[in-house]
Amino acid sequence: MEEDKVLCLPRLSQVAVCGGTHGNELSGVYLVRELLKAKKNVTKQEDEEEEAVPLLMVLSHPLQQCFRYIDTDLNRCFTHASLSGPMSGMTPYEIIRARQLNTMLGPKGSHGAVDLVCDLHNTTANMGLCLITYSDCDWICLHIFRHLQKQMPDIPLRYIHFDVSNKESYSLDSVGKHGFAMEIGPQPHGVVRSNIYMAMKAGVQHMLDWVQSFNSGSTFEEGFVDVFTMVKHIDYPRDSETRTITAAIHPQLQDQDFCLLRPGGPLFQTFSGETLRYKGDEPLYPFFINECAYYEKGIALSLARKRQVMVPAIRVQTEQEQQANNQRFASEEEE
Amino acid sequence: MSFYSNSARFNEARRVAVFGGTHGNEMSGVTLVNLWMKNSAEIQRKGVETKPFITNPKAVDTCTRYVDMDLNRAFTPENLSAPGGDDLPYEVQRAQEINRMFGPKGSPEAYDVIFDLHNTTSNMGCTLILESSKDHFNLQMMTYIKKAIAPDTCLVLLNEHPLLKYSTTRSVAKHPVGLEVGPQPQGVLRSNIFEAMRVIIKHALDFIQLFNEGMEFPPCTVEVFQVSERIDYPRDANGNIIAMVHPSLQDCDWEPLNPGDPMFQTFDGKTIHYQGSSTIYPTFINEAAYYEKQQAFVITRRETLVASAIRKA
Repeated sequence: MEEDKVLCLPRLSQVAVCGGTHGNELSGVYLVRELLKAKKNVTKQEDEEEEAVPLLMVLSHPLQQCFRYIDTDLNRCFTHASLSGPMSGMTPYEIIRARQLNTMLGPKGSHGAVDLVCDLHNTTANMGLCLITYSDCDWICLHIFRHLQKQMPDIPLRYIHFDVSNKESYSLDSVGKHGFAMEIGPQPHGVVRSNIYMAMKAGVQHMLDWVQSFNSGSTFEEGFVDVFTMVKHIDYPRDSETRTITAAIHPQLQDQDFCLLRPGGPLFQTFSGETLRYKGDEPLYPFFINECAYYEKGIALSLARKRQVMVPAIRVQTEQEQQANNQRFASEEEE
Repeated sequence: MSFYSNSARFNEARRVAVFGGTHGNEMSGVTLVNLWMKNSAEIQRKGVETKPFITNPKAVDTCTRYVDMDLNRAFTPENLSAPGGDDLPYEVQRAQEINRMFGPKGSPEAYDVIFDLHNTTSNMGCTLILESSKDHFNLQMMTYIKKAIAPDTCLVLLNEHPLLKYSTTRSVAKHPVGLEVGPQPQGVLRSNIFEAMRVIIKHALDFIQLFNEGMEFPPCTVEVFQVSERIDYPRDANGNIIAMVHPSLQDCDWEPLNPGDPMFQTFDGKTIHYQGSSTIYPTFINEAAYYEKQQAFVITRRETLVASAIRKA
């Protein structure tokens, strides 16, 4: 491979794995607890091995008692607006917690932010394992995804992109220089299913292995990734007065995440048995079909467009390249 | 004239209730009852007053299982007679109100039949819950329902274990019937689960109408799964769960679990095996609400009950 076609990116000096951002999404809660336990139990040997990847494990919501949130959704509290501004005695618990996490892992947008945030989530939707990011050109995240695809061929894996600017990005993973949510379903909230837990554990381990390999100087070849970019949400039909839902996800759509929904395809079944159909012009890919937490957000399902993204080859910057980069960064800041 | 000797006589079931929202995040019952409160045509039967009712409206509003305590454990004699009014936990107040409206529990004025609609995250399919092996009316109704929905299945769970039995919302009635349908996550409405529950209530009400019109139901045997023990998750010294339901057991409600079969899997992948001495039938496997009740699953044993013939008095 030609050297000048390989992108050189800064070393990932610190990675954060966060669980329990939603307190009832239990795989991440248990996984981070177990990782923290394992870290405590590691005894140092005589020829000390260097820690593979400096890893911060964070239980985002330590006071949680297995609810999604206490006052407000923590995973919507990371916009620049929410992270700044005045606080009072009435400030919701999660806004305060978001600022603590921003101090710990950020500050968001600054040179000092952790290099990579992996935020662990579960969904009641039949989505398999998804990486959810704000960028379709974050080559670190895309190469991690390609690595998971190679290492976990038996698990359905998708890459989801929300086209939201950095200013408007609202979730915990946006605090790091790179970040993604690792979303795995289906799992009911408040439950840990062993197959889902083990998939998340493997996903995190493979991600950390990749980071170590990247930092050690490996080159990762170019290749294509199917990226699902969110286009729109569809809400349930609701009663105009009470706003209660008047139909359920159609049985032919239930559990069919990422199966193409064509114009005229079934969307909902009313309680009197009528089928309501998709009226859009464009066939799109549904996901987050019947996610419990989205009823209150007015989302019955989300729809995405799929396209192939060409991911360039990458490797870690050498120390020389890193220094030159830092100098350039410093002089840019001066200007 | 009765065709059967020893036909048990019961009064006509004139007052029937269908409860939803006993747990505010179990959506099939909440949705069905709200539907029927708007338009009750579907649940009306000649000669029967059928009342749909949301038992825990505050929990329904917040889409949580309960506000202060589990309503479906609240109908103890102590709670039902407790003084204190507004100072009482919300669900105790609700229990007293429901006991006034549909009871009093144990009295001749109590409702004849109450159906209490529930969902579970466990893969239990449609399950009818019986509180007494001697309730021949309920046994006959459950037999009728099972025949009516065949080849689809509906199993009967009997909980009259002196320690594990609990004081349910429906226990206010002379003939309490629990209907548990899963798997469905809390807070989610799945249309197949919703329709299955709806069909069972339809058949149950048909039975009541037939009974009231004088039909005699012959003696029959009823297979039930009787609750015998509760099994908790393995926990560490701090009470934290250290293992999950094993993938071989997950979703295998009602299937035999033999001594030596995998039961739990630790977080680092080790298997913990079932150490009992005989084959049992687990259910309520990995029900979300039972983590806090120290229950990973419930052990049941298969029994065959005999229901005597019944007809109206």
